[in-house]
Amino acid sequence: MQKIRETFMVVLLLLFLSTLGFGQEMRVTETILPNGLKVLLKEEHKSPVVTFQVWYRVGARNERLGKTGMSHLLEHMMFKGSKKYGPKQFSQVVQRNGGNDNAFTSKDYTAYFENLAADRLEIAMDLESDRMQNLLLDPKEFLSERDVVKEERRMRYEDDPTQTMVEQMMATAFSAHPYQWPVIGWMADIGNITREDMEKHYRTYYAPNNATVVVVGDFDSKKTLALVDKYFGSIPRGPEVPKVGAVEPKQLGEKRVKVKQEAELPAIYAGYKVPNLTSADSHALNVLQSILSSGKSSRLYRSLVYDKQIALYAGGDYDDVSTDPNLFYVYAGIMPGKSEDEVERALYVEIDRMKNEPVSDEELQKAKNQAEAGFIMSQDSMFYQAMLLGQYETVANWKLLGAYLDGIRAVKKEDIERVARQYFTEDNRTVGILVPVKKP
Amino acid sequence: MRNVECGVRDRTRVKGRLIAAILVTALAWAVPAVYAAEPLGKRIVLENGMVLLLSEKHELPVVTVSMAIKAGGVVEPADKPGLASITASLLTQGTKSRTANQISREIDFIGGSLSVSGGDDFASANLRVLKKDVGKGFDLLADVLMNPVFDQKEIDRKVKETLAAIQRQKEEPEVIAGEAFTKAVFGAHPYGRTNDDVAAYLPRITKRDIQDFYSQRYGPNDCIVAIVGDVTEKETAALLRQRFADWKPAEKGDPPHAAPPAITSLAVRKMDKNITQANIAMGQVGISRENPDFYAVVVMNYILGGGGFSSRLMDNIRDNRGLAYDVHSSFAAQKEPGAFRVWTQTKNESANEAIAEIFKELKRIRTEPVSDKELADAKAYLTGSFPLRMDTSAKIAGILTSIEIYHLGLDYPQRYASLINGVTREDILRVAKKYIDPDHMAMVVLGNQEKIKLKY
Repeated sequence: MQKIRETFMVVLLLLFLSTLGFGQEMRVTETILPNGLKVLLKEEHKSPVVTFQVWYRVGARNERLGKTGMSHLLEHMMFKGSKKYGPKQFSQVVQRNGGNDNAFTSKDYTAYFENLAADRLEIAMDLESDRMQNLLLDPKEFLSERDVVKEERRMRYEDDPTQTMVEQMMATAFSAHPYQWPVIGWMADIGNITREDMEKHYRTYYAPNNATVVVVGDFDSKKTLALVDKYFGSIPRGPEVPKVGAVEPKQLGEKRVKVKQEAELPAIYAGYKVPNLTSADSHALNVLQSILSSGKSSRLYRSLVYDKQIALYAGGDYDDVSTDPNLFYVYAGIMPGKSEDEVERALYVEIDRMKNEPVSDEELQKAKNQAEAGFIMSQDSMFYQAMLLGQYETVANWKLLGAYLDGIRAVKKEDIERVARQYFTEDNRTVGILVPVKKP
Repeated sequence: MRNVECGVRDRTRVKGRLIAAILVTALAWAVPAVYAAEPLGKRIVLENGMVLLLSEKHELPVVTVSMAIKAGGVVEPADKPGLASITASLLTQGTKSRTANQISREIDFIGGSLSVSGGDDFASANLRVLKKDVGKGFDLLADVLMNPVFDQKEIDRKVKETLAAIQRQKEEPEVIAGEAFTKAVFGAHPYGRTNDDVAAYLPRITKRDIQDFYSQRYGPNDCIVAIVGDVTEKETAALLRQRFADWKPAEKGDPPHAAPPAITSLAVRKMDKNITQANIAMGQVGISRENPDFYAVVVMNYILGGGGFSSRLMDNIRDNRGLAYDVHSSFAAQKEPGAFRVWTQTKNESANEAIAEIFKELKRIRTEPVSDKELADAKAYLTGSFPLRMDTSAKIAGILTSIEIYHLGLDYPQRYASLINGVTREDILRVAKKYIDPDHMAMVVLGNQEKIKLKY
């Protein structure tokens, strides 16, 4: 297909969302090519490097039981050769050009990146456009790489008791939604995946209309857009991507799971089902998260680790950058001689304070300052800026990123109490506990 | 993730575009690297002996500060392992005018970060704040470095926490195997101090120990301060002069310490744990950062096992055999020679095969010259990726600090390519023979020994 510059410029959008100061300015150019490929460009000239990323809207969310782990295994296979660049060549070409490359898979996306000196940008485009359409999926390479992924699972999960417990906690929290299984897949499922499964997964999800290219760095947007079009513009649009229809029903009571493993100390994770970044409540939940868990002055650290000395570590996290609603969870590692009951109660004391008393002016302002400073400091890394754009765009819309700080600034004390009461209920909670057992 | 961090190194510039991989190899090899002409920063020695390294970056209203103080494990008394580290971590836990809570509240309120931590050669202090808060940031940084009180309650709390953290790490196979390897290679040398050593000492640590170590080791003399960000030379020098004016010089002195033990054969340590993978560490004492062979070793190790998917170990053990997710080799080049280490995890049943292949690769790099292509590729990556080593403020601060510690000169980024490009195939063979010795290595194998059935 010939490129027609006028056509792909239809959605050219230069966004200057700056109304309230530095942190708001996005400076992102958005373009959609005729084949559906979305391109986000952000010039950043502070050092002569560039990050090139391709984000596919496919992850564990798009899998099924019996074959979990397909997206992650396919991510591995994307390095095992395409038409122009055969097996072993991909990373070698990047490295020979002074670049670093890697990829990562989540429940919602699979992303590939190359970080390079700015004048090598075109190499990344050549490599990525080739494997977007011409993956080899060599049968022998496939069997060997499947073994590598099993080793990865052994390393990250089987031999890590806390990870094993968290995996079980997620499996318990979600009953009807694919967020229940781990991104790497269950061990038996990894073994069940065939080369044909890979082929099908690839053909279904790896198409320009299911991908976003994000480039941040020292380049000229006009020239770069022309190059993206040159390399990706002729890739034919793929078929409509199948929708994930799963909806997790309302939870009707607390769920608890205990995991007995050889371990030194118990640990506890308690997750509440909450809305994602597309909800207006996400801003209050983010501020709440910060007050609970950001820095050594945060409530969970102060209470459980510092004052009571019952936890070795304690914190809270909110999975808001998620296609479907996910969890807000609090966690703690238990100090020797302390009981998981005591620590669990102490976690809920802090949760209940959020519901029953307004946070202080200082805490609210601190959370807002942390969000603002964090946003500005994050601009130091081109890779991280591109990663945020890719994540937001893939699960929802990158423009939400530009509205993030305004949303945080608008949060009031009452909002925090309200969301805490609404979501942090016992019936909406799933608790995972790691119970150490001694060697047989 | 497809692979864990593979030894991040450095960069090249080629004009024109990629036609075929082979052609690019030739291009990358033929075209010399081009670097910005200006030095990375300025070096200013203050009246009190502090060495300021400044790189002005005005694109973002952020200031990053990284300090190195000669207060690492190397200078702690041999019978007090962990003293350096715990002293460093207690600095932010209370000063003459601020409690631990006040310190964390003040730094958190401005959305900044402040930490002090121990290390082998140096203790390091790190500060990051917005430009508008730079005064506040330096107030806090100077206060924790100059006025710590080491309150007994804070000491008790830190001891308890550290002991619990050490206990928890016994769940982590990588830590257990790594510690055993470190001990086997370094013995009583300070680089060989392990969690177990620290856990044995901490119950008898005293406030006096900490205060003595602090007053002997913390002071402005020889203290390195790297600052990167939205500040000027005038501002920074004034800030440092003002905030650190009353800092008393450290007493210093270099206490003697034990040498690493001689390893007289392949010293194998089997450790039994009911896990699915064998965690394998093997190696010996390597080189210091100031060893003239450093650059030859960097290139050699890239080819052997430092170069991610371009390395022989990864190609053989992961790509060809599917035996492991991660396999790599590294040289920890510090003030004194650190460890050369090969590291992998593989299911218990394939441990013998993986170890045999590692030995094969060690033998090959010591006996056969590397190919021209391997050498060219390694140089292209190492020189070509240099800009990626300087693409954030924290990375620049790290390089500035290294430049001062190891006397590399502020023109180091400009010289780096020629240092790497000067390495020959003969150099590589020579340093591989000299610094890798499979007959005198420590090897730790942690896992289910019944399934591993180790042949070594």
